[in-house]
Amino acid sequence: MSAVIESHDDHHHGPAKGLTRWLFTTNHKDIGTLYLWFSFAMFLIGGAMALVIRAELFQPGMQIVEPEFYNQMLTLHGLIMVFGAVMPAFVGLANWLVPMMVGAPDMALPRMNNLSFWILPFAFFMMLSSLFMEGGAPNFGWTFYAPLSTTYAPPSVTFFIFSVHILGASSIMGAINVIVTIMNMRAPGMTLMKMPLFVWSWLITAYLLIAVMPVLAGAVTMMLMDIHFGTSFFNAAGGGDPVLFQHIFWFFGHPEVYIMILPAFGIVSHIISTFSRKELFGYSSMVWAMVSIAILSFVVWAHHMFTVGMPLAAELFFMWATMLIAVPTGVKVFNWVATMFRGSITYETPMLFAIAFVVLFTIGGFSGLMLAITPADFQYHDTYFVVAHFHYVLVPGAIFSIMAAVYYWLPKWCGNMYDERLGRLHFWLSFIGVNVTFFPQHFIGLAGMPRRIPDYALQFADWNMVSTVGAFLFGASQILFLFIVVRTVMGGKKATPEVWEGAQGLEWTVDSPPPYHTFSTPPEVK
Amino acid sequence: MSTYEKYYVPEQSRFPIYAATSLFILVMGAASTINALGQPDSMAKYILYAGLASFGATLFFWFRKVVQEHLAGLDSAQLNQSFVYGMAWFIFSEVMFFAAFFGALFYVRTFSVPWLGGEGEKGLANMLWENFQSTWPLLTTPDLGAAYTVPEKSMAFPGWDKILTWLPLWNTVVLLSSSVTVHMAHINLKAANKNKFNIWLGVTVSLAIFFVFLQALEYYEAYEHYGLTLNSGIYGSTFFMLTGFHGFHVMMGGLMLSVMLIRSVFYNHFKPDPHEHFGFEAASWYWHFVDVVWVMLFMFVYIL
Repeated sequence: MSAVIESHDDHHHGPAKGLTRWLFTTNHKDIGTLYLWFSFAMFLIGGAMALVIRAELFQPGMQIVEPEFYNQMLTLHGLIMVFGAVMPAFVGLANWLVPMMVGAPDMALPRMNNLSFWILPFAFFMMLSSLFMEGGAPNFGWTFYAPLSTTYAPPSVTFFIFSVHILGASSIMGAINVIVTIMNMRAPGMTLMKMPLFVWSWLITAYLLIAVMPVLAGAVTMMLMDIHFGTSFFNAAGGGDPVLFQHIFWFFGHPEVYIMILPAFGIVSHIISTFSRKELFGYSSMVWAMVSIAILSFVVWAHHMFTVGMPLAAELFFMWATMLIAVPTGVKVFNWVATMFRGSITYETPMLFAIAFVVLFTIGGFSGLMLAITPADFQYHDTYFVVAHFHYVLVPGAIFSIMAAVYYWLPKWCGNMYDERLGRLHFWLSFIGVNVTFFPQHFIGLAGMPRRIPDYALQFADWNMVSTVGAFLFGASQILFLFIVVRTVMGGKKATPEVWEGAQGLEWTVDSPPPYHTFSTPPEVK
Repeated sequence: MSTYEKYYVPEQSRFPIYAATSLFILVMGAASTINALGQPDSMAKYILYAGLASFGATLFFWFRKVVQEHLAGLDSAQLNQSFVYGMAWFIFSEVMFFAAFFGALFYVRTFSVPWLGGEGEKGLANMLWENFQSTWPLLTTPDLGAAYTVPEKSMAFPGWDKILTWLPLWNTVVLLSSSVTVHMAHINLKAANKNKFNIWLGVTVSLAIFFVFLQALEYYEAYEHYGLTLNSGIYGSTFFMLTGFHGFHVMMGGLMLSVMLIRSVFYNHFKPDPHEHFGFEAASWYWHFVDVVWVMLFMFVYIL
């Protein structure tokens, strides 16, 4: 027992030295850092796969890769970006920020926190190792529809299934940790409606994660049983239905989409308020908008399946329910603009990314509304218009918000200011790159180019070439991002505790960088 | 104590990285074993065993450490509350896991099987196998057993004359009683009747074992006498996956309760104060959850 007692008063220690600091850590800042670096590595790997795709599409005809390999690239690109880049980045931000924002000493369950992270490298090692297996990596798209992912799948699908299982376990444990931290560890006086919006956004996100990751586990389990143990969930010959797979997948998949955007809403709300030097407009409506979006996310899933042959009543219900989401989302966009209205705005890098987020995410939202119209979707379905739509909400949406968050909080994390000129250069290169890549995809999609195809008709050639040039510009400018972050971590102008004039919240009341253990005694919140 | 009890933040720990590593070995082994199912001389299963053993051992030592920390008085009421919330949300995630399988059951019963039989708005699907007629429990398959083995009998209610030999009824009686007994154990614990607590908990664990035995008997009957297997089309698929995952959860819940019984009998853990017995209470919550899932199963898999 004595060993246990000795480890009690560890609050004054700094980090341990060497590799074991990262392997054995229970510190939310260390684990946040691990998550963020891991997600950046995955972002580069998934990005390299995107560049393989864009290089092949530079011209019509087959030039660089085989169609089979192309399919593996587009599948892994999607899986890595969703589960490896965006989700871990947001969990990393939650790890760094939630305890500091609510005035807690750490996450509620620090050891489980470490486990949640360390499952990820193993899971992605397993998923990527399938590239070297017989039959190649999964090639059925990130949505892994049956029977492509069952009857016609390569043998490596079994490894894919188990890596999704442990990824899900990691996400569920991470989400439980965030919820428990928020519900149980808030400083005295911090009522729910005084919580910073990033914390609110993560509370709702974590709820969504716990609700839908088990459903994904169920879906891949049914796949496993169908492939290896003779069940017929997704086989009509036995009384099942391939469409059942799509229903279960999208019951997970649609809330998953909001899992990747709600934390972004939180981040952008903080940044716009700070650089407009104004209180956020409509705090409580922001909270209720996110709650409404989360609730609606459970009843819109089949808008991904309008062309699959559903009863008319279902087509109509899912169309109207989907359009309803525009209402709370509109409230949020209105509030961001109203916050900027008559503010004393300055355009530091985080603010540039945040404003670009509002504009470009809204474009993605509008194309989403177009896709929600069932009869119109019969035309758009599985074209590049869909690709343009979801990349507009995910790249200048989710990814821009993550970059904004890194520029905004990096001085707090490491105590040094980044180079503002380089930051703005990174922003403009990314902004131009993203639009040059994805805006033309609206045109070729409306003209009828199907997605997930390595070759295409000549009429799509010009815009595909433009899109590829944009993709390489965007990809290259992320090397600049890496350079800026590394340089800032290594040194630079010292940051003050407040960092930004007019920034609100508990995290700005502690030093930059904050002590290894913040708030061992909870602060008083008025 | 000052106004704020310090929240216990454990020092560096080796458990998580061991757990992650052994989980990786476990799933690598599981995937390799499954991919090598046709090859009996494959070594893959030993990777799976190694993963299972190391993962189990890690969890054992990890939980033991948490118990030791509690006995050393390191956990505040606030940390206990974290465990309470954590367990509640974990059970919610389990509910959603079962929801996926119940959703599949409702979907095939309401939509895909009737459509394949030519009923309803998408009855056009009948053109695939025109002789197929929709029934439930489905004792045939749309392809009339071409790719699947068709069962002779289902597990549904056999009629009042045979009700006493109907295993699911006894399963229900056993599991519902065990929910009552675990609650009796809890009441006695709170009333500081440690002996009665041990007895009621022991009865609960015995009922859990008896349930698993009955379930095994039912599976034996299904495979040997009913011709009902995983390969029997969608009725067999949903039946075995729902009852199978439920049975697995009964084993997990039974294991948790057994650990609590051992802790209570041999180590005299648990006191009437709620802060002093959350380990047991969490296991009992899990047990009630497993029971509720069974009631749903009994309704929608066996009766309706």
